[in-house]
Amino acid sequence: MKFERYGIGIAKGMALTFKHLFRPPITVQYPEEKLVVSRRIRGNELVWYPDRCTGCATCAKSCPQGNIEIVTHVGEENNYVVDKFEVDTGRCMFCGLCVESCPYEALAMGLSYERAQYRRGQLVLSKEELQLSDVRQPSGYARPKIEATLPEQSLLVNWDREKGGQKLSLVPLSKKRGRGV
Amino acid sequence: MTLLEQFQLWLATMWPEWAAYVTPAIVGVVIVIAFALCMVMVFIYFERRLLGRFQIRLGPNRLGPEGIFQPIATAVKILLKEDIVPAKGDKVLHWLAPLVVFVPVLMIFAVVPFWEGAIFADLNVGIVYVVAISSVSAVGIYMAGWASNNKYALISAFRAVAQVVSYELPVVLSILGVVLMVGSLSLTQIVAAQTIPFILLQPLGFIIFFLGTVAEMNRSPFDLLEADSEIVAGFHTEYSGMKFAMFYLGEYCHALAYSCIITILFLSGWRGPLLPPFLWFLIKVVAVFFVIVWIRATLPRLRVDQLMSFAWKCLLPMAVINLFVVAAEVLWLPESLPWVMVVVNFAFAGALIMLWSKLFTLGGGRVEV
Repeated sequence: MKFERYGIGIAKGMALTFKHLFRPPITVQYPEEKLVVSRRIRGNELVWYPDRCTGCATCAKSCPQGNIEIVTHVGEENNYVVDKFEVDTGRCMFCGLCVESCPYEALAMGLSYERAQYRRGQLVLSKEELQLSDVRQPSGYARPKIEATLPEQSLLVNWDREKGGQKLSLVPLSKKRGRGV
Repeated sequence: MTLLEQFQLWLATMWPEWAAYVTPAIVGVVIVIAFALCMVMVFIYFERRLLGRFQIRLGPNRLGPEGIFQPIATAVKILLKEDIVPAKGDKVLHWLAPLVVFVPVLMIFAVVPFWEGAIFADLNVGIVYVVAISSVSAVGIYMAGWASNNKYALISAFRAVAQVVSYELPVVLSILGVVLMVGSLSLTQIVAAQTIPFILLQPLGFIIFFLGTVAEMNRSPFDLLEADSEIVAGFHTEYSGMKFAMFYLGEYCHALAYSCIITILFLSGWRGPLLPPFLWFLIKVVAVFFVIVWIRATLPRLRVDQLMSFAWKCLLPMAVINLFVVAAEVLWLPESLPWVMVVVNFAFAGALIMLWSKLFTLGGGRVEV
């Protein structure tokens, strides 16, 4: 005797939603809890290494928007000295072409995604602001060496069925100023 | 004698007669309305949290510990909103409709016994009063739909009237089964007669009454009149601010009132071991509401024709058969054997539901009408 046609579907559905009551919620409460982002994220900023940069301006040429502005002069050892390196992140579309084109790995995409500002002028980043710091970390985009050092991304689909819950690595409140923020 | 009547007699010993008559009435009204509105707040919070848990979310948890002040914030937000009246709508009806929806629902609580004697008015026709007064809300919904001068609101109002009229019949017929067993229409008498809760004695009647009332209070899966994928928000499309809040409160008040009525009719009201009676009453009411939210979280909305055929072809004949069976049992079964009745009725309910689902099964289990 098949029960498929006697309203058993309703009972099945009710049982399923009842089981959901005992599952941990899937919600990530964003400002307090953060998932680890992709290692190859093209975050909302760039990281510039002044010691590696030769001032060749390949990045500026490859930029479809013309956002990168480089001013150089010739130094004592017949090299370029970078006077000005400015990126207008307000017009940047984060395509990553500048990072891919850099022959000396002097430019990298950033890990950050919380870079909203109140004024457009604040989005134009100068030479000093673009350098590596605590809150400005490079992502592994087109940089396999950096990628190897970064923690793996936490995905909502990596759900541990045996433990009946979500295996998510969250960035707790205390590490708010750390990597990826 | 109810608690309010005792209070009145006690006052009459020292106050003039008119004051002793009026004061307990005012006190009773204030207590009942305060209970209803407080419980509505609790229900709104409870439903939002519970729906969240059913959908593996958290639900509102920001305002206050575990988000308990969220309903208050929602109420303040709604109060501060602009009150918009459609330019070509019927202004008077538009203003009147929320009251006509909300007030009858509050009036149901006048005959709800919270425990022995704790009842505002112990009417001897209590259940008839409930059935009569709760149907008035449909008029308010129709007024709202008409006054909005909006096609979606009017469609929703048509649906509401059709739905309430159709589901009133099985609901009343399943109430009759209870009344047959008790031999009284008073809600206090009905609770007093339930040594075994009527959910065990009349499982089929309970199911019919429950589904009928869920349809009457316009909740999912019978919430066709506010089906947002078809007709925006239904009859309250054109409502905002406090008037919308009245509809919102009215809906939850309706849910609370019918949870109380289901508790009284089928779950033996305030009766229960160990715990105080009022606590038992509250536990049962919240449990009924839990099931309503559970159904809302699970089942998708019915189609209009499915809704009507479910009322007229499923619930109504089943309610009539249930009434005849209960009448026969009351007439011929000896009262000393209630458990025989429990077994017989459960078997009967199972067989009847199987038979009816068979009747409505065509083509691969799809319900055709």
